[in-house]
Amino acid sequence: MSQTGIRERAKSALQDPLLQQAVQFTTDRLRTRKANVTETFGRWQEWRDRGRDIRAHTIAHLDFYLQQFADNVRSAGGHVHFAADAEEAAQAIVDIAKKRRAKLVVKSKSMVSEEIHLNRHLEDEGIQVVETDLGEYIIQLAGETPSHIIIPSIHKTREQIRELFTKAGGENLTTDTKALTGFARRTLRTLFQSADIGVTGCNFGIAESGTVVLFTNEGNADMVANLPRTHVVIMGMERILPSFADLEVFSHLLPKSATGQNVITYMSCFTGPRRDGEADGARELHVVILDNGRSRQLGDADFQDILHCIRCGACLNVCPVYRQIGGHAYGSVYPGPVGAVLTPLLNPGPEYADLPYASSLCGACFEACPVQIPLHDMLVKLRRRHVAQGLAKRGERAASRGFRLVFARAGRYRAIIRSGRLGQVLVARHGGIDARIGPLRGWTQTRRAPVLAKRSFREGWPGLRQELRQGNRPPATGTEGAPAHETAVNKE
Amino acid sequence: MKVALFVTCLVDSLYPQVGEAMVRLLHRLGVDVDFPEQQTCCGQPAFNSGYWDDAREVARTLLDAFDPYDYVVSPSGSCCGMIYHYYPDLFAGDAESRRRAAALTEKTYEFSQFLVRVLEVSDVGASFPARATYHPSCHGSRLLGVRDEPLELLRHVRGLELVPLPYAADCCGFGGTFAVKMGELSSAMVEDKVRHVEETQAQVLVGTDMGCLMNIGGRMAREGRRVRVMHLAQLLYEGTQAQHRREIVG
Repeated sequence: MSQTGIRERAKSALQDPLLQQAVQFTTDRLRTRKANVTETFGRWQEWRDRGRDIRAHTIAHLDFYLQQFADNVRSAGGHVHFAADAEEAAQAIVDIAKKRRAKLVVKSKSMVSEEIHLNRHLEDEGIQVVETDLGEYIIQLAGETPSHIIIPSIHKTREQIRELFTKAGGENLTTDTKALTGFARRTLRTLFQSADIGVTGCNFGIAESGTVVLFTNEGNADMVANLPRTHVVIMGMERILPSFADLEVFSHLLPKSATGQNVITYMSCFTGPRRDGEADGARELHVVILDNGRSRQLGDADFQDILHCIRCGACLNVCPVYRQIGGHAYGSVYPGPVGAVLTPLLNPGPEYADLPYASSLCGACFEACPVQIPLHDMLVKLRRRHVAQGLAKRGERAASRGFRLVFARAGRYRAIIRSGRLGQVLVARHGGIDARIGPLRGWTQTRRAPVLAKRSFREGWPGLRQELRQGNRPPATGTEGAPAHETAVNKE
Repeated sequence: MKVALFVTCLVDSLYPQVGEAMVRLLHRLGVDVDFPEQQTCCGQPAFNSGYWDDAREVARTLLDAFDPYDYVVSPSGSCCGMIYHYYPDLFAGDAESRRRAAALTEKTYEFSQFLVRVLEVSDVGASFPARATYHPSCHGSRLLGVRDEPLELLRHVRGLELVPLPYAADCCGFGGTFAVKMGELSSAMVEDKVRHVEETQAQVLVGTDMGCLMNIGGRMAREGRRVRVMHLAQLLYEGTQAQHRREIVG
């Protein structure tokens, strides 16, 4: 998919001030809201522990719970399709659409549908697809892909949205939220009524009952699921929870982490299609369950936990890298820290091997994650895997060998420091290095680099030790001559 | 109590004054540290790039150096974080090294941690009349869990006006090799950090990791900003020197 590397894509994103402004404005708001709502709610760490335990248990027994879920979907009258990869999943949905002679498909937000490029597959068959989530609708009009898991159009400013809606037929629109959402609402309402198929994602599949649970704010998913004759659910195979009791925990963790909402606006549960005597609901329900590289992570001690992810996007909102470059620079469906881990795991090989390097390993993602996935550790372990697979650059391997050669022996290290000090006179000026060329130019383009000290600590150590041994303990100052630690202890 | 200094390669070669300030301050507090010379580096540059075999050989210098000591104290939350969080994984392969790594993990403390938790000192008797702000290092706070200790020490410094740093918990963009490999991205991050430091109108930026301070300080030096960048150990030690001249700025 991506022709260039993450570094080049990041570079061009950095030159887009509107993008940064939009991303920083929204992630700031989400951060604040999350901090407030979790503080008010209280005992957040205990909720995170509970969330992690439930996800770990579910994924450890995924074969059992997935089977239970599928059996229960079927006994409630739904159809289940297991898809090994993206192609199979898209084909299953295309087949359903063809069988129903569908002309129009409406969709609510689903990252898995992006992963399988569903829209393209349906459009190739001459079927019109309309995104009905406001953010997805915006980027569909712009011909783009989501740049955030929860807020797909996070990179768009109000003015850009106004322009897109005007092109789509909106008259006299202002950048006012009501005006913009009003236009989308009017346009989409007629489409819900004439669509042949509604496609939704699935936040959680409840194994004990075969229920598909959706968390939404706009109410569009209920229209998508209920108004057309056929409802198709597309979900990743890991999206299972054992029971409704477990759902309670995630009804707190998900909206609070994702958008800082105390509760989600709509939590909709679908168990089978419409039954005789019921007033609403689709006549036909299909659940497409996607593997696409997920089952490969099962049993992998380093990476199985990535399947615990509930796609809340909290790691994106706190990531200092995402904050600078937004989602498209990642060049993959899933952006941000979780994308930098998940994408190379689902698509092994050279194409996405550079994504794990788009991180300073600061660990903010782990801290924000409601189920405590150690994303920062996984980024390091992915780099290790890529080195083992020979996907790293040759120069880098040599540099690491050199590092080992010098730093594995204190004597060599000491000698190198000494000769480096002689060498640096060529480039050092005024106690720093400003030369914007050479191997450190990534640093020196924008920052002064320090020089090696005239005398390293270890070179000065014998003198320092002798001085401290000979001299009496120096008199403490400022506190009537008492040794500082005694003062401190007395004050405690 | 036998205490060893793990000075870190960065402080050893680039900022020896930080190591010296730390040794002198600990000496004032009645703790004489030793400096075993086999030590070089915690191995992070290779480890974080995925070269664990290379990292392990370098990390072994620390296992060898610190075996005979009761405590290891270091001026870097990041390097201590590496030991604490990753050595168990790094040395998982053989039982003997794993045991030694576990022992090292047990007895290693970052400087402020050592003062507050081991020595139980939060007032070193320092005075430092200046407006300062504190940048917490990501590894120190998130990998090692050092959050309140540096602030507690700073709050007890007489005359020090401590102002909160906006977006303090956001990474400064250092990230070791990241700063060179992803230079443009790292630069954008440090520019934000410098802007936030400026907003505090602090005369001094304090930290507990020379990696971050080298990055932020390097950017400020290039821009000609007049904020003094100091390791916590330097500020505390200078603050205990009665004659210390208040060359806060410049």
